[in-house]
Amino acid sequence: MADSDGRQVDGVNHATGKIYRLKLFFNNEGKELTKEEKQRLRKEKKQHKKNKKDDKGPPEKEKEKEKASVPAPSKPATQSPAHKAAPAPVHASESAAAAEKPAKSKAELRAERRARQDSERTSKHGKKEGGQQSASSKPKATPNELQPVVKRLPEHVQVDDPAALKKLAKKLERQQVRQIHSHVPLRSDYGYKVSLFSHLHQYSRKSPPTLQISIPATVIHPSIVRLGLQYSQGIIAGSNARSVALLHTFKQVIQDYSTPPNEELSRDLVNKLSPYISFLSQCRPLSASMGNAIKYIKKEISNIPSQCKEEEAKGKLQACIDSYINEKIILASEAISKYAIEKISDGDVILVYGCSSLVNHILCKAFEKQRKFRVIVVDSRPRLEGREALRRLVKKGIRCTYVLISALSYILPEVSKVFLGAHALLANGYVMSRVGTSQIALVAKAYNVPVLVCCETYKFCERVQTDSFVSNELDDPDDLIVTRNGKSHLENWQTVKSLGLLNLVYDVTPPDFVDLVITDLGMIPCTSVPVVLRVKNVDQ
Amino acid sequence: MPGADKETDLSERIESFLSELKRCGSGAGSLRGSAETARETTALLRRITAQARWGNAGELMEIIRKEGRRMTAAQPSETTVGNMIRRVLKIIREEYARSRGSSEETDQQESLHKLLTSGGSSEDNFRQHFTHLKANVIEAINELLTELEGTTDNISMQALEHIHSNEVIMTIGRSRTVEAFLKDAARKRKFHVIVAECAPFCQGHEMATSLCKEDIETTVIPDAAIFAVMSRVNKVIIGTQTVLANGGLRAVNGTHTLALAAKHHSTPLIVCAPMFKLSPQVPDTPYNHTKLKSVDTILYIHILSKVNAHCPVFDYVPPELITLFISNIGGNAPSYIYRLMSELYHPEDHEL
Repeated sequence: MADSDGRQVDGVNHATGKIYRLKLFFNNEGKELTKEEKQRLRKEKKQHKKNKKDDKGPPEKEKEKEKASVPAPSKPATQSPAHKAAPAPVHASESAAAAEKPAKSKAELRAERRARQDSERTSKHGKKEGGQQSASSKPKATPNELQPVVKRLPEHVQVDDPAALKKLAKKLERQQVRQIHSHVPLRSDYGYKVSLFSHLHQYSRKSPPTLQISIPATVIHPSIVRLGLQYSQGIIAGSNARSVALLHTFKQVIQDYSTPPNEELSRDLVNKLSPYISFLSQCRPLSASMGNAIKYIKKEISNIPSQCKEEEAKGKLQACIDSYINEKIILASEAISKYAIEKISDGDVILVYGCSSLVNHILCKAFEKQRKFRVIVVDSRPRLEGREALRRLVKKGIRCTYVLISALSYILPEVSKVFLGAHALLANGYVMSRVGTSQIALVAKAYNVPVLVCCETYKFCERVQTDSFVSNELDDPDDLIVTRNGKSHLENWQTVKSLGLLNLVYDVTPPDFVDLVITDLGMIPCTSVPVVLRVKNVDQ
Repeated sequence: MPGADKETDLSERIESFLSELKRCGSGAGSLRGSAETARETTALLRRITAQARWGNAGELMEIIRKEGRRMTAAQPSETTVGNMIRRVLKIIREEYARSRGSSEETDQQESLHKLLTSGGSSEDNFRQHFTHLKANVIEAINELLTELEGTTDNISMQALEHIHSNEVIMTIGRSRTVEAFLKDAARKRKFHVIVAECAPFCQGHEMATSLCKEDIETTVIPDAAIFAVMSRVNKVIIGTQTVLANGGLRAVNGTHTLALAAKHHSTPLIVCAPMFKLSPQVPDTPYNHTKLKSVDTILYIHILSKVNAHCPVFDYVPPELITLFISNIGGNAPSYIYRLMSELYHPEDHEL
C-alpha cells in the first residue's frame, strides 16, 4: 500500500523467485528526489534486474545479498520511518538520495558490484550474448553520452540456438503476474526450414497461437488476444495498420487497467505490458514501426509523475497515444503527400508495388488535385496484395494496369516513375520493405527510371542490415502451393525429403537503387537516415 | 492412284501438324517441349521430301518453303519449326552442291572478293536434276534426326565440368534441358538448387518436384524473392525458348529480372540450349517479347473490365547479361553465336 508520500518498498516474493525492484525513497531533509535522479535510478535498477535475469548463476547470489540486506521483506511501507534506517548499505547505496552517504562510496560500490557481475557472467557463460551484454551494460550507465546501439540479438533471430530457445520458453513462463495459472505460450515452428533461414521462426497459419491459452486468459487482455490472432491470420497487415491497431488496443488496455495496491502506475503498467508484447511477437514478429511505438508508450508511461491520480494518468496516456497516431501517422501522410504531389506531373505513368497505404494515399490525393496520370500496379505471389491496391485506386477512378512481377521487364519501358512504400528505413540507408521491392528498384535502375520511396519518420530504426537473410520473417510455406486445373504439384511437400518452400516477407534494397526518400521532414537521400535518427533522439 | 493417295495422306499430315501447333500454343493441348516439336517437324519434312512430287532441288525447296511459311504462321512463337525448315533447306543446298561435284559449300559465304569476282553463284537456281538427290537428302535428314535425339544427352554430359560440390544453383521455370543437366550432375556431386516458380503458370513447382525425385536439395521461392536470395547463389543456370541471332535470348518471363540480379551480384549466367533453338531472328521483330496469355490467369475479380492487365509469356535478355551458352556442340560465349548461325543456316533462308 503506497502511503501518502509515495514511499514504498517491494520485496522478494519467495514463491516465484522473482525479485521486485527495491526502491527506497529517502525523505530526509524533506527534499524529493529530482526527476532526473529518479530516472537514473530506475535505469540502473532495470539494468541490474536485466543482468540478474539473464544469468543463472549470479541471480542466486543477488537474491541472497538482497535477502540478507532487507530483513523485513514484502512489508508495506507503514514502517517507512523504520526502513529509513534499514540495515541495507548495499541498497541504500542504490538510491540516489542517500544524501548522508558520500557519493563516492556509492559509485565505488556500484562499480565493484558491476565488476563482480561481469566476472561471474563471463566465467559462467561462453556464449555470444555474454560479450554483447557486457558491452551493453556498461554504456547504459552514462545516459548523457552518445547512445551506443550495440543491442542484444533479438529473440526471433536466435531460433538455431537451442539454449536461447529454452531461455525464451522460460522467460515466457515467468512473465506472469502473481497467482497465475496460464502463461504466454511458446508457438512451435512448422515444416522444414530452408537451411539458410534456420535461425528464424516459421509458423503455420493453421495453428494459431491461441490454441494453448487457457480460458479465461488471466495474463493477457482479451483485446490483445484478438489483436494477436488478427496479426497471425493476416487480417491486419501493413506496417501502418498494425501500428495503429496496436496503439488502439493499448488504449483499451490502459482503460481497463487499475493500479493494484502497493504499486505505482508508471512501473506496474509497463510490467503488465511485457507479457502482451511477448504474446504479440509470438503471433507475428514485431515490425520496426511497432517497436518504435512501444518504446514511445513505455517512455510516456514511465514519465507519469508518481503523484498523478490514476484517472488523470490514464487520460494523459490515452491523449498521448492519440497525439502520436495523429502526428506520426496521419499528419505525416498529409505532409508526405504534399511533397510527393510536387513530383507527379501530368502525363506520368507511375508504377507501384503491392499495397502501401501511404502510396495509395498519395495517388488518391494527386488525383483529387487533378493531376493526369495513370498507374501500373505490380503484384506478386503469394500475397497478391496488389489486388487490394488496385481495388482502392479503381474506386477512386484512376486508370490502372495490372501485372505480375515477372512481367516487370515488359512493362517498365512505359513507366516514368516508381513509387515504393517502406516497412522500415535502416540506419545504413537500406530500405526494408515487402519482398520484391529490391527487384523492382533493380530493374528500374537498369531502365533509368527514378525510384522514390515514401516513408514516415516513425519507421526509421537504428538497426543496420546488408542482406535479406539475417533478420527477416518467414511466412507460412503452404501459401506457395497453387492448384491449377485441379492439380497441385507441391501438395505433399512435407513428405518429400529434399523439398523446401521459402516464403519470405521482407527484403532490403540497397541505397544506390533509391533516388529519393520522401518523409514528413522533407525529401532526403537514402543516406541521410542516420541524421534524422540523431535529430529525433536529441529531441527526445 | 497411289501418287494421289500419297499426296492426300501427306497433306492430311501437314494439316494435322498445323492444327496441333495452333492448339498447343493456346495451352489447350498438351504442352510439348521444343525438342519434340523439332523432331516432329523434321520427320514431317522428311516425309514431304519422300512423298511430294518434285523434279529438282529448286522445286523441293519451294515446296518446303511454302509449307514452312504456313507452319510458322500457325505458331510464330514456336521458332524451332522455322529453324528446322532452314536446316533442311541448307541440307538440300549442300546435297545439291555435292551432287554437282563442286565443293561450293564455301562459296556461300559472302566475301567481298567473291562478290566482285564471281558474281555467279546466284545463277545456280537449282534446276538440275539428280537421281540420287532424294536419297541423299533423306539420308542427311536422318542424320539430323539422330542429332536431335542426342542433344539433351550431349548437354548433360557437360554438367560435371560446370558444377562443383556444395554449390547453390538458381533456375527459373521449367526446362527439360536444365533438368537433365542438373540430374546428371547430381549423380556425382551434392549441391542445392533454388527454383523460382515463375508465376502465373508456376512451372517451377513441377521442376522442383522432379528434381527432388533425384534427391537434389531443392527450394521453391516466389518470383519476388529472386533478388533477395541472389546474394547466396553461386550460379544461375537457365533454359530458353529461343536463342536469337545477336546472342540474346527469348526466354520465359522473369528471366530478364533474374539476369539483371545475377549481373548485379556478378553471378555467372549459364544458358543450356541445344542448337536447334538457334534462330536467325533479331530482337526488333514483332513477337519479340510478347505473346500475351489471356489475363484471366492472373486476375479473377470483377474489376477486370475497368483495368488493363498484361500477361506476357516471354522476356528478352540482351547478350551482355549472359556468360555462357552450353549446347550440344559444347560451350560458347554469346559473342560467338553469329558464327554458329552462319554454319547452320544459309543467309538466303533467313527469310522464309
